[in-house]
Amino acid sequence: MSVIEATGLRKVFGTTVALDGIDLRVEPGRVLGLIGPNGAGKSTAINAILGLTPHLGELRVLGRDPWAARDRLMRDVAFIADVAVLPRWLRVWQALDYVAGVHPRFDRAKAEGFIGRTNIGRNSRVRELSKGMVTQLHLALVMAIDARLLVLDEPTLGLDILFRKQFYDALLNDYFDRSRTILLTTHQVEEIQNVLTDFMFIHRGRIVLSCSMEDFEARYAEVTVHPERLAAARGLKPIQERQVFGRSTLLFERADRGQLQQLGDVRTPSIADVFVAVIGNAGGASQAGGR
Amino acid sequence: MATPDSTAMPDPSSEPQADGSPVFGPAAVSPARLFYWSVRRELWENRFLYIVPLIVAAVVLFGFAVGAAHPPHTRAAGSAFANHVAVTPLNFAVFALMLTYVILTLIYCLGALHNERSDRGILFWKSLPVSDATTVIAKASIPIVILPLITFVVLVVTQGIMLLAGRVALLENGAGGAASWVQAPIFPLWAAMLYHLLTVHALYYAPIYGWLLLVSAWARRAPILWATLPVAALLIIEKLVFNSSALAHMLLSRLGGGPGAIEYPPPGNMPIEAPTLANLGAFLASPGLWIGLAVCALFLAAAVRVRRYQGPI
Repeated sequence: MSVIEATGLRKVFGTTVALDGIDLRVEPGRVLGLIGPNGAGKSTAINAILGLTPHLGELRVLGRDPWAARDRLMRDVAFIADVAVLPRWLRVWQALDYVAGVHPRFDRAKAEGFIGRTNIGRNSRVRELSKGMVTQLHLALVMAIDARLLVLDEPTLGLDILFRKQFYDALLNDYFDRSRTILLTTHQVEEIQNVLTDFMFIHRGRIVLSCSMEDFEARYAEVTVHPERLAAARGLKPIQERQVFGRSTLLFERADRGQLQQLGDVRTPSIADVFVAVIGNAGGASQAGGR
Repeated sequence: MATPDSTAMPDPSSEPQADGSPVFGPAAVSPARLFYWSVRRELWENRFLYIVPLIVAAVVLFGFAVGAAHPPHTRAAGSAFANHVAVTPLNFAVFALMLTYVILTLIYCLGALHNERSDRGILFWKSLPVSDATTVIAKASIPIVILPLITFVVLVVTQGIMLLAGRVALLENGAGGAASWVQAPIFPLWAAMLYHLLTVHALYYAPIYGWLLLVSAWARRAPILWATLPVAALLIIEKLVFNSSALAHMLLSRLGGGPGAIEYPPPGNMPIEAPTLANLGAFLASPGLWIGLAVCALFLAAAVRVRRYQGPI
């Protein structure tokens, strides 16, 4: 069974189309990144998947309709919206007590172990913690839940790079295994490139590119072209050309590697570069949201 | 506090998954346990619910102690003195704690479903397997069950301290009221107090709490205005257009507590009579009670539905 299965998922706010018919299928054991500019529909898609907002079209998460059965679904789904959602009055021990009280799959000892590695005091209130510590606390709670799907919506927004690095290290080393699925959105695409197994570009409520990382490496190549081969390189129809330190860097899709090798240095591009190229080509008005 | 049903950890096999996917562990938590933890989180978040009554009780006791130490010079008859140190402060304690209770219910209800949206915490609460209905019912139980009980317990303790201290004071003063003091009908007073809290304030006022909770779930800002101004507007429109005041009468009769109510605090001095089965019968037989409860249920159902759609504001 797919973890998430959506067909023609739509969501309209007044006259604004937030999701314009999305088809989506996420299998167990994947780490899917949902990447798009602000207002592209990422959060709307995630809210629909979590049962926080009603939707049109077919949507099944772990075999259930999330809008009809949010509380039931949350036994199998864990969710971090962003760093600011733990109530500020909550004390650390209260958070532990409460989640242990209401969640059938919460391993309290595990959460205490994660918290023990940090400087978070058991009696602290959330409002007394730094932003990074709040994220550590939330992550400790969530990683102690034996969930099948973990949804992270901009989980590291506003954190410094040290905490961001720790966040994804903890997620991969202490949490992720092949029976779980992670769906995440972030603006710091570069940092999660090696975390993802799949990604999706979402733009103006539509999915413009859906790709596994294996495919990505085979499909896209970036070449820093020798100046004298520039004309030949342009003849191969790059999807994007930009200047880096005075040299032309061209991005190719489904080009022959052998041919590219003769033009200059060939690399796998960053997702962010492909994002800019694809979104730029798709609609013009890209806000460089992948950066 | 211990979990009421900590032994009732659900059996992992109690809910076999229809789709045949692997069951990762115990699959469910009993509704009673979800409700218990939902109420506890309300008390964590709103500590004023028990701290303020305790402070009010402390102030009342302090005033009582000062008053007992400095009785008015006009004390003549023993009964007047007994009245001063005991009966009046007892009634004053009732008055102060009841007023506190009414104010706290208003503050609590208007914030209950609003604060969790304004502090964005609703996204955390909704990320856990607790339904909107459980949450709303737990919140409604605060003004209807928890706060009346807190008020009653604080009142009993406060009056108990007053009675003991007053008795000592009377004995030391040698006033002749000591004998009548022993007969002071405190248990009927407590019984009447509990009856009054649970019938009038908990059940008869329930639609008011339901309305406040619904506004709290729905209003984006200033729930107190949304709760009061539309009602005031309706009253004015009714008066201007139909020159009638049926709605005002309805509201006043609701606030009056309905048939079978015992007036509290008592208008005169003690003794006060304990509620009788006749009181209770009249109360339970009044259509107003049941209409009110039905209206409360409608408001709460609407609040559940509204919360389902709501996110942070």
